[in-house]
Amino acid sequence: MRAVISAGLAGLVFGAGIAISGMGNPAKVLNFFDVFGTWDPSLLLVMASALTVTMIGYRLVLRRPAPRFDSGFHLPTRRDLDPALIGGSALFGIGWGIAGFCPGGAIPMLGLGEPAALLFVLAMATAMLVTHQLRNAARRAPPQPQTN
Amino acid sequence: MITEFTPIPAILGGALIGASAVALMAFNGRIAGLTGILSGAMLPGAGGRGWRLAFLAGAILAPALMWLALGAPVPFASDLPAWAVILSGLLVGVGVTYGGGCTSGHGVCGIARLSPRSIAATVVFMAFSGATVFVVRHVLGVA
Repeated sequence: MRAVISAGLAGLVFGAGIAISGMGNPAKVLNFFDVFGTWDPSLLLVMASALTVTMIGYRLVLRRPAPRFDSGFHLPTRRDLDPALIGGSALFGIGWGIAGFCPGGAIPMLGLGEPAALLFVLAMATAMLVTHQLRNAARRAPPQPQTN
Repeated sequence: MITEFTPIPAILGGALIGASAVALMAFNGRIAGLTGILSGAMLPGAGGRGWRLAFLAGAILAPALMWLALGAPVPFASDLPAWAVILSGLLVGVGVTYGGGCTSGHGVCGIARLSPRSIAATVVFMAFSGATVFVVRHVLGVA
């Protein structure tokens, strides 16, 4: 229960950060990428500030044996670069550049009742579920014989 | 559409995003990546649904509470047709699932840990997003 409450509070702080920073405003995000047009460098400062706090904070936190409400830290261990990582990130970038919504930017904006944010999150969530299904099905399928 | 450069809210809001990531690691031992949190909250059979749903609820509640407290919503502008928003959502949904993360998970939490995968992912999605905005606005000429 304590872990659920602490996650809820962390979510509140995250949502406030997204709202205050402008990261949830698609017009601001698209202008950040429009260096040759109506450039708005604000998001550079958002990322720099978020990274500074997280780097220092993680350094202090990860020195401890375990988090407060769990038996261990859940950290990704892979370090290799694979086609899924690069190709997936490229697709994400194209989608992000079309509408200016990323997952962390769009989800808090649901709290404003914005129809565009809702439409984006519904499409994204559907695609996430379908992609997970396809990946799981591909993993279950027997390996195809090599034919040259 | 022109938006104003807002350095103070940017630094303040960014610091809160960082503080949230540090808090979620300190208390729950988890990466504050919205891709992982959302898919983990939706997938059947995945453990740890409770904390993920709580994080999402908090994230959605925050801008609504700020609206109540300040008397006005934070600025939000999106003038795209619905089909473009849906297309964008589908691409992002597939992309972050294969890429294993988004701006929060790779761009903030992953880079803070100096993860090579996260650094590569962030460089790639930033570059492709910038290229897409350039093509849409300056090649295709859509405002």
